Amino acid sequence: MPILIDVDKCNGCGLCSKKCPYGAVELQNGKAHVLDTCVDCGICVESCKQEAINQEAITRPVPDFSEYSGVWVVAEQYEGRLLGVAKELLTLGRGLADQLGQELCAVLLGNQVAHLAEELAAFGPTRIYLAEHPQLENYTTGAYTKALSDLIKAHKPNVLLIGATSQGRDLAPRLSARMNLGLTADCTGLDIDLETGLLHQTRPAFGGNIMATIISPYSRPQMATVRPGVFAANPAESGNRCEVVGCSVTLQPDDILTTILGLVKKDEHQANLEDAKIIVAGGRGLGSRQGMALVSELAEVLGGEVSGTRVAVENGWVPPERQIGQTGRSVRPELYIGCGISGALQHRVGILGSKYIVCINKDERAPLFQVADWGIIGDVHEVLPRLIKALKNREAGN
Amino acid sequence: MKILVLIKQVPDTAEVKLDAQTGNLIREGVDSIINPDDRHAIEAALQIKNSFGAHTSVLSMGPPQSVDAITEALAMGVDEGILLTDRIFAGADTWATSWILARAVKQAGPFDLVICGKQAIDGDTAHVGPQVAEFQGIPQLTYVEEIESVEDGRVTVRRAVDQGQQRVSASLPCLLTVVKEINQPRHARIDLLVKACSPKAPIKVWNAADLKVKAHQTGLAGSYTQVIKTFPPQIKRQGELFKADPQSAVELLLNRLTSHMAL
Repeated sequence: MPILIDVDKCNGCGLCSKKCPYGAVELQNGKAHVLDTCVDCGICVESCKQEAINQEAITRPVPDFSEYSGVWVVAEQYEGRLLGVAKELLTLGRGLADQLGQELCAVLLGNQVAHLAEELAAFGPTRIYLAEHPQLENYTTGAYTKALSDLIKAHKPNVLLIGATSQGRDLAPRLSARMNLGLTADCTGLDIDLETGLLHQTRPAFGGNIMATIISPYSRPQMATVRPGVFAANPAESGNRCEVVGCSVTLQPDDILTTILGLVKKDEHQANLEDAKIIVAGGRGLGSRQGMALVSELAEVLGGEVSGTRVAVENGWVPPERQIGQTGRSVRPELYIGCGISGALQHRVGILGSKYIVCINKDERAPLFQVADWGIIGDVHEVLPRLIKALKNREAGN
Repeated sequence: MKILVLIKQVPDTAEVKLDAQTGNLIREGVDSIINPDDRHAIEAALQIKNSFGAHTSVLSMGPPQSVDAITEALAMGVDEGILLTDRIFAGADTWATSWILARAVKQAGPFDLVICGKQAIDGDTAHVGPQVAEFQGIPQLTYVEEIESVEDGRVTVRRAVDQGQQRVSASLPCLLTVVKEINQPRHARIDLLVKACSPKAPIKVWNAADLKVKAHQTGLAGSYTQVIKTFPPQIKRQGELFKADPQSAVELLLNRLTSHMAL
């Protein structure tokens, strides 16, 4: 019991009993006495004027993690094709592994996916853990959590990076609860603190209004998810030496928990914002669906994708899967053009990775101008038709 | 059928501003609301109740004023509420939050369905649903867009995945996290609100002692992660602005885009 009463000092005033929110301090024979319902909150310690109550300080021990080494990336594949986020995370992980002086490894889960090892090797891992099983063909929370936790137990990685896809955002928190691991979601910055060797995980919070840097000092692996498109992938490099380690997977029927009944696939052309080279986005300033049509036309002329802000989605001008920003997504096109968008912080954070940012808005105080490479201060309804026409003329001239 | 909805009271992040001098959040004058996705979770529970009959509860952890979120849920038609509040819960990360919630779910349960919103707008992590499911040892179905059926001890849903929409089923008890596409939440009813505000409203308040939890197991002390620094986002670029008439501005812009090979 970490709350200790010094009966010699206790004068039986009962203040501690009054202050205790749990009714866990009683007076017995004129002295304070702590009951089993005590939660060790320490309020009584502060309340005692006689300094008769002390609390054993519990310092939280940091377990010995010396066996944990290596930066792991869960290399997500779908139907035997590697996702872009796997390449982005390997590129990111390569830098972290170099900072730590540890190995970079990819973890490939699936069924008959060994052919992806060569493609993975081109992004810098020196080892690939290959876990194949018929039950890993399609992602289920149960099977993937079991397989990945078994691998972690066996090989003890120091850092684990998972793409914040619909799969990764389902898997990572389940794994965090199963293995009692700290987890940071949707990181936009990852770095090794050279003094402590800890992973510094930076992410936006409060809808992007503030950035927080987070550490996981009490568990390994240090686990973080990263949204697709937040980091760039290096170009593939051929000739990298990489060892493929086949891992046995043991799954019981009880491990699976869910039954997949079918999938209605999205139109391939739909909402491919993460891979788009050019994105034209519209916001409140467009005023109407007709205004949004100008954005669509500009996107078409440029061969780009259409996107929108929360307001544009709420007005039904663009479908929700095309929203950038809070609970939407991050993009990193070569060129982003924001039309009639004032630039709420979450939207600005979502487009930060763009190479060039253009802002068109009649209100020159629009915050989006602060992050723009070039801006036109003018009414979108006047500017966009002229821009579309000029681009069409250029095309015809070429 | 017993259904539990996990809800969170959050500051309306659309109103949160930063103090330009200190970089701190200005939370004064910012409304507290039921997290938007959680309203859809409440609605999903109420629709099952209306169709098949069910007893519905809400559970929330937060400071004492979070009772307002529970009151509102009761005014929407939920049968009872439980508030977990204790100063030693403060500072909990998602793991520690889920651990406490799971303990309370166990104490208040058993439930056939636990329903949560996809994520909360203050943290946007989407961790708590899956973590609570794992601590309960029950299946999770995340990003649910439609509940097709709850019958014969199974739940069948359609859930949003990156590749499209997946149909999937799981045995009860099961935890669902729902997205906003699932339904249109109903408004609170005045008559129910009056009842929910009365001292006799069916709202329990549990603290750490009620859950038999010690200080070192919860809050910041029980968390695996620690926030070591917060700062305002740094997102300034050197911008060039064209204020001329629209035609000249368009030409200047095209000139810059061409010279930077951006087209």
